[in-house]
Amino acid sequence: MTTEITPSKKFTPQDFHNGTVVRWCPGCGDYAILAAVQKVLAERERPPHMYTFVSGIGCSSRFPLYMSTYGFHSIHGRALAVATGVKAANPEQEVWLITGDGDCLSIGGNHFIHALRRNQDVKILLFNNEIYGLTKGQYSPTSRLGMVNKSAPYGTIDEPISPIRLALAAGASFVARTSDNDLNHMAEVLRRAADHKGSAFVEILQNCVIFADKVHEDYYGVKTRKDSLLYLHDGEPLLYGKTVEKGLAVDGFRFKSVETASHRDQVFTFSEKEETGAVASMLSKLSHPDFPVPVGVFRCVPRPAYHEMLHGQIESARKANGEPDLAKLIRGPKTWTVQ
Amino acid sequence: MSTVTETGILGNTENHDIKELDQVTILFAGDSGDGMQVTGSQFTDASVVFGNDISTFPDFPAEIRAPAGTLAGVSAYQLNFSNHDIRTPGDKVNTLVAMNAAALKKYLPELEKGGIIIADKTGFGANELKKVEYASNPLEDGSLSDYRVVALDITPQTIAAVKPSGLGGRNAERCKNFYTLGVVFYLYDRPVEPTLEEIKKRFAKKEPAIAEANVLAIQAGYNLAHTIELFKTTYRVRRATFEPGMYRNISGNMATALGVAAAASKSGKNVFFGSYPITPATDILHELSRLKHFGVLTFQAEDEIAAVASSVGASYGGAIGVTCSSGPGIALKSESINLAVMGELPLVVIDVQRSGPSTGMPTKTEQADLLMALWGRNSDSPIPVLAPATPGECFELMYEACRLAVKYMTPVMFLSDGYLANGSEPWKVPDADKLKPFEFGWGLDPASYKPFIRNPNTLARAWAVPGMEGLNNRLTGIEKDSAGRISYDNDNHQRATDERFGKVAKMAQEQKPSVVAGSPEGDLLVISWGGTYGATLTAVEEVAKMGKKIGHVHLRWLNPLPPDLLAIMKKFKKIVVPEINVGQLAYHLQGTYALPVSSYSRVRGKAFTVGELVTHFNSLLA
Repeated sequence: MTTEITPSKKFTPQDFHNGTVVRWCPGCGDYAILAAVQKVLAERERPPHMYTFVSGIGCSSRFPLYMSTYGFHSIHGRALAVATGVKAANPEQEVWLITGDGDCLSIGGNHFIHALRRNQDVKILLFNNEIYGLTKGQYSPTSRLGMVNKSAPYGTIDEPISPIRLALAAGASFVARTSDNDLNHMAEVLRRAADHKGSAFVEILQNCVIFADKVHEDYYGVKTRKDSLLYLHDGEPLLYGKTVEKGLAVDGFRFKSVETASHRDQVFTFSEKEETGAVASMLSKLSHPDFPVPVGVFRCVPRPAYHEMLHGQIESARKANGEPDLAKLIRGPKTWTVQ
Repeated sequence: MSTVTETGILGNTENHDIKELDQVTILFAGDSGDGMQVTGSQFTDASVVFGNDISTFPDFPAEIRAPAGTLAGVSAYQLNFSNHDIRTPGDKVNTLVAMNAAALKKYLPELEKGGIIIADKTGFGANELKKVEYASNPLEDGSLSDYRVVALDITPQTIAAVKPSGLGGRNAERCKNFYTLGVVFYLYDRPVEPTLEEIKKRFAKKEPAIAEANVLAIQAGYNLAHTIELFKTTYRVRRATFEPGMYRNISGNMATALGVAAAASKSGKNVFFGSYPITPATDILHELSRLKHFGVLTFQAEDEIAAVASSVGASYGGAIGVTCSSGPGIALKSESINLAVMGELPLVVIDVQRSGPSTGMPTKTEQADLLMALWGRNSDSPIPVLAPATPGECFELMYEACRLAVKYMTPVMFLSDGYLANGSEPWKVPDADKLKPFEFGWGLDPASYKPFIRNPNTLARAWAVPGMEGLNNRLTGIEKDSAGRISYDNDNHQRATDERFGKVAKMAQEQKPSVVAGSPEGDLLVISWGGTYGATLTAVEEVAKMGKKIGHVHLRWLNPLPPDLLAIMKKFKKIVVPEINVGQLAYHLQGTYALPVSSYSRVRGKAFTVGELVTHFNSLLA
């Protein structure tokens, strides 16, 4: 993944902070995400007043309250619906959405799939920590089977949902994953998301130090990640391992891991534009420890954005009907006059 | 002798009695597929163009095509036309058109004794009779001896009449509603020509055969009635006197949609209309989705919650958010409405009320969402509530709802109902240039701006829209201090709550003084709201004519209540509120003013009749 970066001299990350004291728990992964977003925005030409950050309810949803941009901290689960209205009303704004696994996939699941299928031009950052943090530790729709927590003292019996798989199934035009402990990778993915026209969905593996500490550690830990993460690069082979000693080959409808020393020719070359979405879907099913966990851009395809079509219809209606004539509209098709 | 005119219609020569009537109520009823709504609206158009006052009410089933011939499948259209000002579709039906046995069975109780029944014999076959449990054919067994029965072979005669058009089979049969229309046109001495012209205009290009067939069917029905002297007496209702001006016919839903379009047009802002289909509100979405060029962004959301939440987001984004639903949908919207209460954003919530809890009776009317509109959100969350009185009034009140939502930065609830939504009346077309201007854009100096800086005249906060440089702000549903910062301070919550109530209370200044119809003081004050206006005022006038000291106030504002209402109430010995719910306004008035208020409550899914109200008011005055 290579993105042209032409750093703007206009802004610093501090220009995107509103001065409020950030009040997440010490050690929370959200701090790093806030820093990454502010860093990426500072690289761009767009000034703070041309961004709107929308969120729902949850720890992550406090995010807009720390930004110097416009922001709307709304209600639980509905942030995507709110963001849809903001973008429709104000298409000049770049709209970012901050949500969590409970907010987005549980109470807000319906809005999530519909925003993606419509290709609403919203950058959606899903902080996935596999737990309800703000309500103090209940299982979320991404908590793994058997996880013991406050509302599941005997372990959860709910099959977890894969945010990436759901996004792909909903027809998302941009789907990516990154992690809160890798600032450079996060910044790369966020740049790509920022530049994408239409829904840009980014799952950020995020650590809740209080209620689900180290939930992603086994694969994304600084020491383990080279072996257990798969960095996706468009047009490049699916290789991983500390010494790039392993790769993924297609085996029927799934991937299998192969040694590059002996089977380099079998290693699959990845394309984020692959038409059917089948490859991205197969990648979304890879999980630790049997497979490396893919990070980076799973899918990026061009599709018309919803607000363009919406305002396009207004434009074409104006062309077809001429300038709106309110008096004529109110009169309707048939009138009579009483003298 | 009759002469055939150029339009193929026999001249209505005076070879029978013509009786003058002040008003007539016709009810067209048939199977859902029989085209009764079309017949009714064609007769309505002919009547308004002729110059009668009219009031109509369509009554159709929730099922799109219930099994043919069953009671559940009956679709009806009631029309009252007159030579004077009328406000209701009529208490009792004078003429019932029954295209089948089910239609007769369902609506016979509405027909006055001595009334006319025009029936299609084909709809009274053994099968049709059995479906509605008629042991014998009521057209033949003498059970209808209290009425004047005109049983016709409408179906076969229609098929024969439309033959020259080339239409046959089921398509030919479908023209029977126009044949029936011809018969009724004759009975009520309507000019047929405008209708024939319109049919030709409407169908001629695309479907010339259908145009011809419908014209032939009307002519055949009219001529048959004339030739065989079907009616010993026909009737004539002269023109009504209207205030001079230009008129059109309009339904409540249409007027509501036009009010939204007018708001988009006059405010210079787009309206974002977030909606999810629901009976009986969906027509508003249909209409507005055709009016995009007026600056109406219609958004058919994935659910009711997304419909309102996107509208709230749109208002944050600088458009005027409007959402539209009926009771069950409004219940789903309440949390998002409160976000607009807390964020102090403009939002208009249209509730076209329908009958019953849960799914209830979707196509039937009720006024039972009043207390939900006033109180149906968590915590103390005041919002203004407006309710139109007539179909036409939906226009100006809807426009006003949008204007005030922006002026006061608040959600506004607009309570229409199924009766207003689908009913129609002649409406004096208002002058679009005279609509009041929108007021926004103050308080936006970056040097002094704060998100919750208030306008002392309205207590509204300033509306900074994303993209305005230097006014960047973050809005939240969490309690805030006066600078817009999150605050959990105890005294601050008291202050903020008081401000939210104070702002809505301030809206009393938008109201005109209440109009007291009838006696300004005396024995009985009738207070009504919403779609019961027409029946209530008519009943009050009738009782007043009997010399009783009865007065009437109709409320368009349910919150805040009119500031002069208490003084008016104190001038009467008794107060009664007729409403189509179990007494919600009566309860609200008693709670507000601590005065005894009685309730006249009927929840049958239909409007009040004038007669029942007259009886009740008289009983209170006895």
